[in-house]
Amino acid sequence: MRSHTWKILMVIVALAAVAVVVPNTNSFIILLVTRALAFSILVMSLDILLGYTGLASLGQAAYLGVGAYATAILATKYHIGLGWDFWLVLLIGIVLGAALAAIFGLLAIRASGVYFLMITLALGQCVWGLAYRWNSLTGGDNGINLRERPKFGGIDLANEMTFFFLVFGVFVVSLLFMYTLVRSPFGRSLAGIRERELRMKILGYNTWLHKYIAFVIAGAFGGLSGVLWAHTAGIVSPVNVELPTSVDALLMAVLGGSGTLVGGVIGTFIVFGLREFLSTLVPWWQYVLGIVYVATILYLPTGLMGIPERLRQRRAKSGEQGTAKILAPATS
Amino acid sequence: MTGALLRRFGPVLLGGTVALGLTATAKSEELRIGYLAPTTGVFAQVGKDMVDGFKMYLDEKNNKFGGADVKFIVEDEQGKPDTAVTKAKKLILQDKVHFFVGGLLASTGYALAPVSTAEKVVYISSVSSADDLTQRDLPKYPYFFRTGWSSSQPSHPFGQWACDQGYKKISIIAADYAFGYEVAGGFQRAFEACGGQIVQKIWPPLTTKDFGPYIPTLKDDADAIFTVMVGPMSLQFPKQLAANGNKKPVIGGGPSYDEFVLPSMGDEVIGHVSTLQYSAGLDTPKNVAFVKAYRTKFGKMPGYYSETNYTTAQIIDEVITKAGGKYPGAEEFLKMLAAVKVDAPRGPVSFDATRNPVQNIYIKKVAKVKMFGYPNEELWNTVIKTYPNVDQFGQFKKDEFMATPVYSRDYPPCKFCN
Repeated sequence: MRSHTWKILMVIVALAAVAVVVPNTNSFIILLVTRALAFSILVMSLDILLGYTGLASLGQAAYLGVGAYATAILATKYHIGLGWDFWLVLLIGIVLGAALAAIFGLLAIRASGVYFLMITLALGQCVWGLAYRWNSLTGGDNGINLRERPKFGGIDLANEMTFFFLVFGVFVVSLLFMYTLVRSPFGRSLAGIRERELRMKILGYNTWLHKYIAFVIAGAFGGLSGVLWAHTAGIVSPVNVELPTSVDALLMAVLGGSGTLVGGVIGTFIVFGLREFLSTLVPWWQYVLGIVYVATILYLPTGLMGIPERLRQRRAKSGEQGTAKILAPATS
Repeated sequence: MTGALLRRFGPVLLGGTVALGLTATAKSEELRIGYLAPTTGVFAQVGKDMVDGFKMYLDEKNNKFGGADVKFIVEDEQGKPDTAVTKAKKLILQDKVHFFVGGLLASTGYALAPVSTAEKVVYISSVSSADDLTQRDLPKYPYFFRTGWSSSQPSHPFGQWACDQGYKKISIIAADYAFGYEVAGGFQRAFEACGGQIVQKIWPPLTTKDFGPYIPTLKDDADAIFTVMVGPMSLQFPKQLAANGNKKPVIGGGPSYDEFVLPSMGDEVIGHVSTLQYSAGLDTPKNVAFVKAYRTKFGKMPGYYSETNYTTAQIIDEVITKAGGKYPGAEEFLKMLAAVKVDAPRGPVSFDATRNPVQNIYIKKVAKVKMFGYPNEELWNTVIKTYPNVDQFGQFKKDEFMATPVYSRDYPPCKFCN
């Protein structure tokens, strides 16, 4: 329990550090961190499925896309969401994400393992197809430009710093919500399903319903991150809903360590950082990213969050070996 | 995490750049140019051609424009609009570039133009050709300037040319995205304005490899086939069309036969006619010199992606030289750009009030010939007709043109399809 309190403290310190340090850096760093925070909400939502329920989804970008497209369409066609009603759009994003997940969940949750992966991939591609081909609504390949950010009260989100604090706030609330969720009895039952679904069934749990609810909640957070994401770059295009975006989210979760929530956030920051800074330095930056992924899977299957645990094990092991060495000469 | 890292190293980096900046200003002005191209991903090769074109001019000038030292900063936009936006912001906020250049896809252009408006930094589009950026959306983007072309610009004279050949009915088969609509739409407007008929429009998706379902639906009574293909599609389509025993003339949008893909094509494209503001086969002293220098340097033929960036660098050089080796500020820079007239490899280039180039449009026929003293027979885009000084509205009146919607899958409507 003590180590647990310690972990929470570390997360709080890290969050506080981000809130203090980032505004004092240059405006490009602020922009980058804002983007990473918005995206990491999606990665955390995926982690609820991947890390806690044991469902690897390859279609998570669909929910980000729905939130982002809703934001862009409402703002450009109906001028909704550029004032106080931004909060309404935030809600709409959440509801749309959840609604889409509720529909997709009916189809996807019946399967598990690689079949679940394939179904979510197919459903994600359906959303991509709509975004790409429904020109009158989505602008097709060109996407939709969001020329302004919301302005309400004395707050103008066009200011990168203000926008950063908004995204940071939403991020912290999301993290808290998801953390509470995975530690609730409901979250425990999800972990039970991940470990052994049959046993949970025998114990009387409606495992389908549990998975379905987790799926819908993940979709809701996907939609939320989409609303923020749309405003970070000011452009929403089919690239946001294509397969590589879903794969990115999955890799970030795995890189940081799935089943930890915070791991996904760390993974997101590492990938965003590597991408932005390495790509400036070397043209073969994608190889570096690839090697990082492969090395993580090979040597750190539990992700970066698993490092402390591995170190502890190693220390314990080397301790044993040490004693073995001392014993060895005596026996020979 | 990144924040902490930057805080530690930030001052060092900052100190470094400040020191560099100081030493540079002691000698001469520094001109910082941001450049966006897809250097990884599907479009990496095109991206390399773009950068090569710009760099080639820089090298010729020993990295100096009008006495100013050019700091040329390339960023990878990956062919993704939102990555391009992030990279553009990086160039503006962190590298403090004076202006930025580049962007490949139309979608990238649409994403970058608002950045220039928001940050009040000039964006020069050398490749991205989305029509509306210099047409209906022009007032929204006062810091946007185009040195390349708009997608439908070559199509307008081309439609007239098709009429002149006696074609009455033409089938269109074009990639299903904005660029395809604009190139095909411009052709349809011009061709129907002089009495021709577009009898069908087929839109295969962007990454189509198998045209089996589409080729048999091409109507028999059409006199010719108009195509707009991009990337791998431009290699596959002519091959499969020939394999299906096509005997009709094939004409199409310029990039389908650009020198970027031409050497990889087979003899099936011989006789195909396309149009663009540039051809490597253009027989002018300026272009022959450019092609020879480029081939010596990079070992291949220059396509329009390289030429347009070479010319863009030349245009920038002209302006900076006129400004006395100093960046004159965004508003003044735009004014001076608009007034520039250069003699580029593609021919004379000037600009109209829409900040879009006025330039020659070439009708080009693919032929296997020896050119410019090269020993082997190769595929070249030989110029068969030149339309001098064409602007983006071509034979149409600007006001009437702007009153109609931008070309799309449904506009112009297909009156003669049934």
